[in-house]
Amino acid sequence: MPNPNGRATLGFRLRSLRRPTYPPLFPSATPSSRFTLHGKCNDVVRREYHQVPSFFNSLTNFSQTRIWGVGIQRKCYGSIAGLVQRNPGFSKLNDDDVRCFEAILGAKNVVQDEDKLVASNADWMHKYKGSSKLLLQPRTTDQVSQILKYCNSRCLAVVPQGGNTGLVGGSVPVFDEVIVSLSSMNKIISFDKVSGILVCEAGCILENIMSFLDNEGFIMPLDLGAKGSCQIGGNVSTNAGGLRLVRYGSLHGNVLGVEAVLANGTVLDMLKTLRKDNTGYDLKHLFIGSEGSLGIVTKVSILTPPKLSSVNVAFLACKDYSSCQKLLQEAKRKLGEILSAFEFLDGQSMNLVLNHLDGARNPLPTLHDYYVLIETTGSDESSDKQKLEAFLLGSMENELISDGVLAQDINQASSFWHLREGISEALMRAGAVYKYDLSIPVEHLYNIVEEMRSRLGNTANVIGYGHLGDGNLHLNISTPHYDDKILSQIEPFVYEWTSKHRGSISAEHGLGLMKANEIFYSKSRETVQLMASIKNLLDPNHILNPYKVLPHSLIS
Amino acid sequence: MTMKIMVAIKRVVDYAVKIRVKPDKTGVVTQNVKMSMNPFCEIALEEALRIRESAAAASEVVAVTIGPSHSVDTLRTGLAMGADRGIHVDSAASLYPLSVAKILRKLVQIENPSLLILGKQAIDDDCNQTGQMLAGLLNWPQGTFASKVVLDKEKQVATVDREVDDGIETVCLNLPAVITTDLRLNQPRYATLPNIMKAKSKPIKKFTPEELNVEIKSDLEIVQVTEPPKRKAGIIVSSVDELIDKLKHEANVI
Repeated sequence: MPNPNGRATLGFRLRSLRRPTYPPLFPSATPSSRFTLHGKCNDVVRREYHQVPSFFNSLTNFSQTRIWGVGIQRKCYGSIAGLVQRNPGFSKLNDDDVRCFEAILGAKNVVQDEDKLVASNADWMHKYKGSSKLLLQPRTTDQVSQILKYCNSRCLAVVPQGGNTGLVGGSVPVFDEVIVSLSSMNKIISFDKVSGILVCEAGCILENIMSFLDNEGFIMPLDLGAKGSCQIGGNVSTNAGGLRLVRYGSLHGNVLGVEAVLANGTVLDMLKTLRKDNTGYDLKHLFIGSEGSLGIVTKVSILTPPKLSSVNVAFLACKDYSSCQKLLQEAKRKLGEILSAFEFLDGQSMNLVLNHLDGARNPLPTLHDYYVLIETTGSDESSDKQKLEAFLLGSMENELISDGVLAQDINQASSFWHLREGISEALMRAGAVYKYDLSIPVEHLYNIVEEMRSRLGNTANVIGYGHLGDGNLHLNISTPHYDDKILSQIEPFVYEWTSKHRGSISAEHGLGLMKANEIFYSKSRETVQLMASIKNLLDPNHILNPYKVLPHSLIS
Repeated sequence: MTMKIMVAIKRVVDYAVKIRVKPDKTGVVTQNVKMSMNPFCEIALEEALRIRESAAAASEVVAVTIGPSHSVDTLRTGLAMGADRGIHVDSAASLYPLSVAKILRKLVQIENPSLLILGKQAIDDDCNQTGQMLAGLLNWPQGTFASKVVLDKEKQVATVDREVDDGIETVCLNLPAVITTDLRLNQPRYATLPNIMKAKSKPIKKFTPEELNVEIKSDLEIVQVTEPPKRKAGIIVSSVDELIDKLKHEANVI
């Protein structure tokens, strides 16, 4: 198939456009020394180039997508350094290695079949594709430990993989890394009904945990669109955010303990089920959000809140962004203890959803410029509803809300949520999409959308939505086709703007491969340097999830 | 001539709630469970509102519910959707279709509507009897499982498309008549905030079955309520031969 956009030739040019404006950490570093390791694996092998988010990939995957019956035209493109070089320090997999893994895991759990590897080599958006030849499926922590010990001694790079639902290329191999899938470690170990503390293995699928808890009368403190596939180990490793964060806080607060395996096979048992434990450094936090670059999380213990019976959802229209902001302030004050979600989407997001998502229907009689979805969760149906109604009617009188609907049953509530949660899918159907996941002080949050809109004019559809309650904007730029001119208009502008407003270039998606080199926009040199030192301490050979999280100039 | 439409609505366990059977097998758990308007009743109310808003223009839509005091919440939902006023027949007893039909007959005698619209069934007991019984008691024509309703106000005739096994059956009913609604008739509207606000001041008239001279009694006795048997996990067969063997000897289907 011919490539209409000439993507293949763009790699070098694009990379030069995406350099951060910060000075390099090691000004003396030359390209030849960038990939040198300090450890024993320091043999120089021929260089291989691998173009990571190749547009060809999406084209070749197109037919596959059709076979799967999804029928979505995938024309996505992610912003990442166009070219990454395979670290020549890593060994190549050989037959002895495979035999060794088979001895550890049994032949059944060592997968070499190419067809079976296809799904593990690519991410679900078909943006990133690796060429791993081996997938390992350990069933116990001890097996994970033996695998890593062996890989470390052989200097084989490893990519830990959960449900593979990430958006930044963090869970797929970049080259030939050995994939360690935690899917087979999917047992719930214990649940304490009094304290609500759950202990389970890393491969448990979030939705399965949710239904287990539902039967016990509890819920997970996090909920996200990918719940049907994503695994708790991956959620913890990436510090996933999602829809309930405004109420229950981040996983740094809800995860009480983890068991993690370090690169050399050491098993760190930090699987406490205590809410309070001030004994020394709280090292579990190193494994929450480090995207598998410091160790593989094998078990977690999580504090789960009780399930409350009364849930109400309102879908509201606001005339301008400042009304949305004031509404948030008011909601925090007046709905306080029952507020469980405060989501926001602009008129452009709504149009996109109505045009591209099956079954989407505008709940309001007319179109508006801004919409807010408010969810309350409490223990008393009638008093909660009364409180929410009073708040909504008051806000209407104060003209913070121009119109709105209140779900009368669960079905209606789901259809309101469908509009908000379906934006991602609608974007995929609309064509190419450039995704940015930004944390910005709520006051300035929408400015970037407006500035981006005026920068791009009518060449692209710029939409803004997200978790307003957490100051998290999902800025998405939708175009019918990929266009490098548009990308150069977006980056590095979006990162510079975010940095200038002291925001974060990754609120909840993580850095992965996509933004590893952009970390300086959000973190100081000294901070990143300390991160690199920690990485060197815990994983001196850098075998764990290479090319990701930290800049390639520091770690490779 | 002004035309009045009466719609019956029922409060049931929400369609999306996972039903749990009580441990003593006498019924399903309703405590601390989300209750909502029966979806077929929502469709019935929507149809009445559309008739009122259309050129055929009924003058008034009256929503009726029968049940315990919490049923008023469901009635308020109906008023927020657009019903003009409500009637609540307060009864905490178990209600079966014949009792409901008798209560509704009394209310028809009080209100004199030209058209009665009901959901074809409630999703809690799946009886699908009330509309038919009511039409019989009133000796009115009935159009059940309606997927389309056209009203001719001049001729006082309702034309109803019914979903039957071999296609669509079209019937003409002389008003007054009873119509029960099927799923495809319409898509109900949402309750908007201004309408929720208005609904708060709409009148709700209260009755008890005694005031209506209806004795609530049941001709039915519930022996036991049990969950459907759990589906057993499947197995993966390793060969076609094994599959055929299992189909022959275990499933006994070939």
